[in-house]
Amino acid sequence: MVASRAIGCLRRFTNASRTLHCSGYISRNFTGSSALLARTHINYGIKEDVAVIRINSPNSKVNTLNKELQAEFIEVMNEIWASDQVRSAVLISSKPGCFIAGADINMIAACKTPQEVMRLSQEGQKMFEKLEKSAKPVVAAISGSCLGGGLELAISCQYRIATKDKKTVLGVPEVLLGILPGAGGTQRLPQMVGIPAAFDMMLTGRNIRADRAKKMGLVDQLVEPLGPGIKPPEERTIEYLEEIAVTFAKGLADKKISLKRSKGLMERLTSYAMGIPFVRQQVYKKVEEQVRKQTKGLYPAPLKIIDVVKTGLEEGKEAGYLSESQKFGELAMTRESKALIGLYHGQVLCKKNKFGTPQKEVKNLAVLGAGLMGAGIAQVSVDKGLKTILKDATLTGLSRGQQQVFKGLNDKVKKKTLTSFERDFIFNNLTGQLDYQGFEKADMVIEAVFEDINLKHKVLKEVEAVIPAHCVFASNTSALPINEIASVSKRPEKVIGMHYFSPVDKMQLLEIITTEKTSKDTTASAVAVGLKQGKVIIVVKDGPGFYTTRCLAPMMSEVIRILQEGVGPKKLDSLTTGFGFPVGAATLVDEVGVDVAKHVAEDLGKAFGERFAGGSLELLKQMVAKGFLGRKSGKGFYVYKEGVKSKDLNSEMDSVLAGLQVSPKPEVSSDEDIQYRLVSRFVNEAAMCLQEEILATPAEGDIGAVFGLGFPPCLGGPFRFVDLYGAQKIVDRLKRYEAAYGKQFTPCQLLIDQASANKKFYQ
Amino acid sequence: MTSILTYTFKNLPSTSAWALRFSAQTTTKKTLAKPNVRNIVVVDGVRIPFLLSGTSYKDLMPHDLARAALSGLLHRTNVPKEVVDYIIFGTVIQEVKTSNVAREAALGAGFSDKTPAHTVTMACISANQAMTTGVGLIASGQSDVIVAGGVELMSDVPIRHSRKMRKMMLDLNKAKTLGQRLSLISKFRLNFLTPELPAVAEFSTSETMGHSADRLAASFAVSRLEQDEYALRSHRLAKKAQDEGLLSDVVPFKVPGKETVTKDNGIRPSSLEQMAKLKPAFVKPYGTVTAANSSFLTDGASAMLIMAEDKALAMGYKPKAYLRDFVYVSQDPKDQLLLGPTYATPKVLEKAGLTLKDIDAFEFHEAFSGQILANFKAMDSDWFAQNYMGRKTKVGAPPLEKFNNWGGSLSLGHPFGATGCRLVMAAANRLRKEGGQFGLVAACAAGGQADPQPLSHASRTVL
Repeated sequence: MVASRAIGCLRRFTNASRTLHCSGYISRNFTGSSALLARTHINYGIKEDVAVIRINSPNSKVNTLNKELQAEFIEVMNEIWASDQVRSAVLISSKPGCFIAGADINMIAACKTPQEVMRLSQEGQKMFEKLEKSAKPVVAAISGSCLGGGLELAISCQYRIATKDKKTVLGVPEVLLGILPGAGGTQRLPQMVGIPAAFDMMLTGRNIRADRAKKMGLVDQLVEPLGPGIKPPEERTIEYLEEIAVTFAKGLADKKISLKRSKGLMERLTSYAMGIPFVRQQVYKKVEEQVRKQTKGLYPAPLKIIDVVKTGLEEGKEAGYLSESQKFGELAMTRESKALIGLYHGQVLCKKNKFGTPQKEVKNLAVLGAGLMGAGIAQVSVDKGLKTILKDATLTGLSRGQQQVFKGLNDKVKKKTLTSFERDFIFNNLTGQLDYQGFEKADMVIEAVFEDINLKHKVLKEVEAVIPAHCVFASNTSALPINEIASVSKRPEKVIGMHYFSPVDKMQLLEIITTEKTSKDTTASAVAVGLKQGKVIIVVKDGPGFYTTRCLAPMMSEVIRILQEGVGPKKLDSLTTGFGFPVGAATLVDEVGVDVAKHVAEDLGKAFGERFAGGSLELLKQMVAKGFLGRKSGKGFYVYKEGVKSKDLNSEMDSVLAGLQVSPKPEVSSDEDIQYRLVSRFVNEAAMCLQEEILATPAEGDIGAVFGLGFPPCLGGPFRFVDLYGAQKIVDRLKRYEAAYGKQFTPCQLLIDQASANKKFYQ
Repeated sequence: MTSILTYTFKNLPSTSAWALRFSAQTTTKKTLAKPNVRNIVVVDGVRIPFLLSGTSYKDLMPHDLARAALSGLLHRTNVPKEVVDYIIFGTVIQEVKTSNVAREAALGAGFSDKTPAHTVTMACISANQAMTTGVGLIASGQSDVIVAGGVELMSDVPIRHSRKMRKMMLDLNKAKTLGQRLSLISKFRLNFLTPELPAVAEFSTSETMGHSADRLAASFAVSRLEQDEYALRSHRLAKKAQDEGLLSDVVPFKVPGKETVTKDNGIRPSSLEQMAKLKPAFVKPYGTVTAANSSFLTDGASAMLIMAEDKALAMGYKPKAYLRDFVYVSQDPKDQLLLGPTYATPKVLEKAGLTLKDIDAFEFHEAFSGQILANFKAMDSDWFAQNYMGRKTKVGAPPLEKFNNWGGSLSLGHPFGATGCRLVMAAANRLRKEGGQFGLVAACAAGGQADPQPLSHASRTVL
């Protein structure tokens, strides 16, 4: 499931960019003489015989390697190399949360041809090579994110010192944007951390924390962050880092500190093994196999990364650099890269609260229903410091929910991202109860009770009797219209929908649904809580199925039809995953739950009529009747056994499917057609949502589809897909299917307009 | 969590009946006596010599040291054993066989078996907690005569079987049949034998104290040289005090099977050059805290006789000090683990209506040079006072010439549970010797408590 992995990676990516919010940091005075020439991004001063180069891009929370910064850096380095006064240098950022967050994406996006991008890469390569060969040692003092081009810069320095802070992460996330580390990274990383670790870093794009980086040999020394002292902690920590870096720079210049790192036994064995050409070949083969299996050939970047690394190792540096810049140029022009970069921008957008700061910050949260969703919501709240009440109707249900939260936290202890003390402290934020005690202090109540309108009405009324006037009532529902839920409310302006996705602690998306009566402050409050919970947020208008469920429903209807037409679940799954969906379509039904799917199909079928038709509801009904509810009941299209990963087809489904079989239409039943029948219905419905203004922007539509429903990230979401694939081509396909099946495929007006005007959703 | 305990001493208040009767001093600046509260006095206090762990006390058990301190106290004060109402001892690393070490030591020292005793623990301020518990008992009228003290034996620490091994052993106890036993034993794995050492790290943060001290020193930009200089000062002053016989609280201890120990053995004045050669002990390779500028692992015990003033006078004692106010504070266990004195000093001074200038003798616990110097810098920083302590202005750093003049924990040693009593006696004896009126005692401590609640306190004493 590379798609889901890509999603996961993107999550890390935004996490990283979230950490970049740093307070403005004021440069200190330099001691000693200094070459104080006013530059915009970089300045340097001289401490004894060490040049301290400080990076601080103006008007930005992060430093990015853009053209100006690069030009200034070269200028500064040339001065330093020319100066007799200087024997070594320290490279440091003045922004506490960010060393260098990477290269400027827009700089690459602005290029029109692969050659242009290639030139960018070569400039970077040259600059870093010069730095690598510097006779005066340069120490990179890293605090905060050191990603992409930032890391490539750091590993070109002679020595690296990093703060052991949660905010300090190192990584090469280029692969997540469909490109590769294009400034020598593919060549230096394998030398530095060994081939397997370098592949891991470059192919997953994962962020590496400072302590791990030290173990891997990516950094040479760690500096502990300091607490309050003579200055605010962040400021003093940077200053301390600089002091330490300066002593090391001096030591390096005096040759008192060795650049050699003592390697562990495992590390020595690995590097010995990697010295054998045969072993290397096996490694390339194995990695490539794995990548092919995971990406299904949909993502070109990982394969090119392997290729470039291989070239460098087997044919020498020169060839490696050349290959790196060439492939970098090629990748930057791919559709996949454009789609992934689009998603990145969308995500940044969906991490902002465009509704402003709510009047009252939510500090006390209450969650109704300790089921899978309720407990999940509680878990992502308590670990952000929200005092959370988890209320359920029964003690058994409540205990199960509390255990789920504890387990979620404890798993982090096992992975060592939390200490057991932190776990206990966080878990203490959770209060489990069966009554409404304490609700008078709640700032927000999120209900996650069973999807039944009468039950929702009942709890809404009960809650409104006990909560204070300012308290927001949010409903976690995947399909019940919020208007309808709010109909019994005394204060509908405080009612809003918050649609979480399961499992809540893993899925990043939160779909917030506003009714016409929902006040702006209520929306702002819901978005603020969602952001605090670490979610990527889309805000949509109320309507049957909102946005996400509504897009999924016609596609699911098509899934049923395709099954009825005799395509087996396994084949269907491989077709959908082959298109880039992280989970196969039949498996998805099992995961969601057949009863839920049936419920939604019925509801939305009523609301939208023929457009949502296609497959026969009878299939789902018969499955429910037989108790084939999917994973939760152990049987659906597949058979699920506790502890068994591989799954077999549910043979009892054969008769059900046989009974409902329809004959396929050969003109629209090729493998590709089956894929496009599914996707085009999805895309068409998404466009309809934009047309009906359920969606405010195409960007939110793309983020919702990719992060909530697993729409292939390599396509960038339904709207980006239309842009990249061509609106006309989509319309043509829809029309062809319309001819075969009728109204379900009628392209919506917006798509037709886009096609005829040759317009794009993203300019 | 850091807690700190502060005492102030005052010399002979004019309001005290005893002072009027016995004092040579005729005028006093201030009185710290409170209406309707009993005056509480330290009659005297002693300690056995503090030794580097692994030396002469290494074959003893903690209650042996505590017993020696108690015997010394009895000998020094001649207090009739049956007068003592209650005995409290502080300790940190508990010997599992004598978890109430106060009781075991008291019985052995020949105190009445009718005298109750309990043991308290609060990291490096355990003895302070023992004393202030006593103060509480007297002030509330529960008792008149208290023995408070502390003990620590770092030469031997409880090293346990692993949890898995313990579990198996306990289950074996309950197993009834041979089959059950065999099936339990079959689950045995070699890694069960990995021993579990007492934690050296703070439980809540997993950071060792030395590491925290190094970071603290860096936060306040305390240099290695400053730290070494301060440590050298501590050793030199301790040596001088020892040579001049000023450490009168020390009582000799005849160690069974060994020679009689009469002196602290950790005092080793070196030179700055020598100290500069040492490598950092915690933050490697560039930290500033070394073995030479940290307090060392120490064995030792102390004991002190505390009474209600009226009782002491009635018994004909000439008390050495009044114990007055005290305050306990606690703060962030991660970044401010050792900053207790900074927080507590202004609080207790305000409580007593004194300023830093009124204090004649400061006795602060020296866990690390860097910690003491960081506290100085914090106390001397308006910025820190305003941003972290919620105060308008700084309290100011104690003047060095009045500070730990007879050495400190860096040189004399620091048996965790016993240091508090040493500090109080040093301040009391210094006030007598140097002729001052008020003393202030402070210590920082790590604690196992997780919730930062205000559990610190300080006491002040008039002498």
